[in-house]
Amino acid sequence: MSLSMPSSVAETLSLMEQGNYVADRSLTNALFLALKLGRPLFLEGEAGVGKTEIAKVLSQCLGRKLIRLQCYEGLDVSSAVYEWNYARQMVEIRMSEASQEMNKKQLQTNLFSDQFLIKRPILQALEEQEEGPPILLIDELDRTDEPFEAFLLEVLSDFQVTVPEIGTIKAKEPPIVIITSNRTREIHDAIKRRCFYHWVDYPNAERELDILKRKAPDAPEQLSEQIVGFINKLRNLDLFKLPGVAETIDWAHALTQLDRMALDPDTINDTLGTILKYQDDIQRIQGTEASRLLEEVKTDMMKAS
Amino acid sequence: MSDTTPKNFQLAEDKTATNLPEANLFMHQADGGRMADNIMHFARVLRKAGLPVGPGKTLDAIEAICAVGLGTREDFYWTLHAVFVHRRDQREIFDQAFHVFWRNPNFLEKMMQMMLPSFKTDDMVQENPRDNMSPRVTEAMKGEKPPPILPDLDNMGEEVELDASMTFSRQEVLSTKDFEKMTNAELAEAKRVMSQLTLPIGEVMTRRYKRSHLNKKVDMRSTLRASSRRGGDMIWLRHKTPRTLPPPLVVLCDISGSMEKYSRMFLHFLHSLTNDRDRVHSFLFGTQLNNITRHLRYKDPDEAIAKIGENVKDWSGGTRIGQSLHEFNKFWGRRVLGQGAWVLLITDGLDRQGAEGVEMEMERLHKSCRRLVWLNPLLRYNEYAPKTKGAKALIKHVDDFRPIHNLESLSQLAKALADDHVMGHKTMARWRQKALSEQD
Repeated sequence: MSLSMPSSVAETLSLMEQGNYVADRSLTNALFLALKLGRPLFLEGEAGVGKTEIAKVLSQCLGRKLIRLQCYEGLDVSSAVYEWNYARQMVEIRMSEASQEMNKKQLQTNLFSDQFLIKRPILQALEEQEEGPPILLIDELDRTDEPFEAFLLEVLSDFQVTVPEIGTIKAKEPPIVIITSNRTREIHDAIKRRCFYHWVDYPNAERELDILKRKAPDAPEQLSEQIVGFINKLRNLDLFKLPGVAETIDWAHALTQLDRMALDPDTINDTLGTILKYQDDIQRIQGTEASRLLEEVKTDMMKAS
Repeated sequence: MSDTTPKNFQLAEDKTATNLPEANLFMHQADGGRMADNIMHFARVLRKAGLPVGPGKTLDAIEAICAVGLGTREDFYWTLHAVFVHRRDQREIFDQAFHVFWRNPNFLEKMMQMMLPSFKTDDMVQENPRDNMSPRVTEAMKGEKPPPILPDLDNMGEEVELDASMTFSRQEVLSTKDFEKMTNAELAEAKRVMSQLTLPIGEVMTRRYKRSHLNKKVDMRSTLRASSRRGGDMIWLRHKTPRTLPPPLVVLCDISGSMEKYSRMFLHFLHSLTNDRDRVHSFLFGTQLNNITRHLRYKDPDEAIAKIGENVKDWSGGTRIGQSLHEFNKFWGRRVLGQGAWVLLITDGLDRQGAEGVEMEMERLHKSCRRLVWLNPLLRYNEYAPKTKGAKALIKHVDDFRPIHNLESLSQLAKALADDHVMGHKTMARWRQKALSEQD
């Protein structure tokens, strides 16, 4: 396990491979730049193409702490950055009343000191860690709203936050920031401007097979090839939601659990729910369309061998 | 300063004519001079053309001219420019108004050329798009009598009006789709009505909070902060309540041949919608789908609509509702319909492809948004029933169904939306019944 930062694109590639993440060249480039220049990496793409996984693999391979901030609508400073421990503050007020030791000013500084501060992910990420700057994963940023995005601007450009009662807290070493978005709405240009942007696409068949070998090693070789072939056929169709890499891996696991050595039309019909998540899409593929696609996959494989 | 001005006056006089009464700049010397009057008239032209020019500005302008002195035409131009123009997009209007009002002889020449269609070639039109006077300036000029500064052109007032009419007819002859030709009166009325329309769409509750005196939820953060300010002897509870926010709006507007008469009005409608509130996405569709959200962000409606005219190719063509909706669902639905968006679908439901795929795509669209409102200009006929194939498919999957054929119906729509947020289930059921009964 490598604990040092990669110094070239090739090293980044091998680093990701150590973590069983099969990355393509463009992604590795963006990632390397983000690591090297200390800027956030903004990953956008369909659900299930392995955006979040990148952060996890990075933390594992670099031996850094992963701090994850899951975004949702209404995410505010008190759940993303910091919160005061009100219960303890109340007790403190009562205590000072009882002992009558502190004056008003003392009480105020005491009440808003470190011991009453509950640190949320962003503040945690700015703290110094033993193993080096942590990895801050801001997941699904598109789920939150504009006010939070605007707040992030300060964090992302200067790696600092301002707590009114204490002052500005600045990271000694900036954390590695990975932001993901499913593009359910457009993120403001001001955020994107501060980041390296990368669109994570579906992998090609070869790379997907490589991924399957690493992520579902128990699946028989022939089955894996058929699965990848079938999924790639599906991605060429005009479906509402195309299956992602996560679905491919799930399907391989499911079929392995069912002890299938190869795909057959009945199995596909029974397990279609693993890869397609919209009833319209399932209805379209189920039955004749599935058998037709399977035949195509089989003939393709015959030709290849 | 009073020493320098007469010299400049001399200059100006030399340039123009000898029998002109001496231009008088100062109001208190009311001896027949008209400069101050003319600046006032010019300011009024600008105001009518939509620039925010008040009496204070007029006085500023006169003062500025006093300070600079009446020198060259260029100085005069930039002095007035400095006073009247505040944003980049106002420059064009100012420029046109200035040249017409203060009579650039070259400009007049060009106008003369325009009045003689036989000499006019297409190249010329393309080379000088600015000769094409903005309708806002044209209309603003009508009210104000241009000053007779050049005596030999005293009778040009009429000709300027003639020019205004010629610009319109020229457009018709060339039959190029130029969508900026909305007059001021229409603009003002449309804006007024549309600003009312934007308000009523009910706000939705968000998960954020604001300070409140209603006892909804205790706001510990501000409670503690407030009590520590008082030394902590007494703790006053502060409260908070959820914030509300207008939902995002997505407008899908049909620009096919059958909708042609309305497209222009709707563009202004879309423009004011986009500039009035956050999170508005607009799409035009005929045979293909066009996202015009970015073009509509131009503050000046003339500029925005000119940009759209340049970029959208399928004006007044056929309609492929199913195909366009499919494109929207596939490429845009997930991106713009998040966070409980309302969709306004503006179409007459006449589909060239026999409503192929419309129903399926409408169902998908309906499931992906918070509310789907169908605005149909054909509803101006009392007897209208959604009996075409397209309309039948649409009516099944909408929450509300309203007319949108003129400004009056727009204000009615605004009023209806303000009174009761959407059409009741009963009314919608009746429309669906109508659609079905025609089928039998």
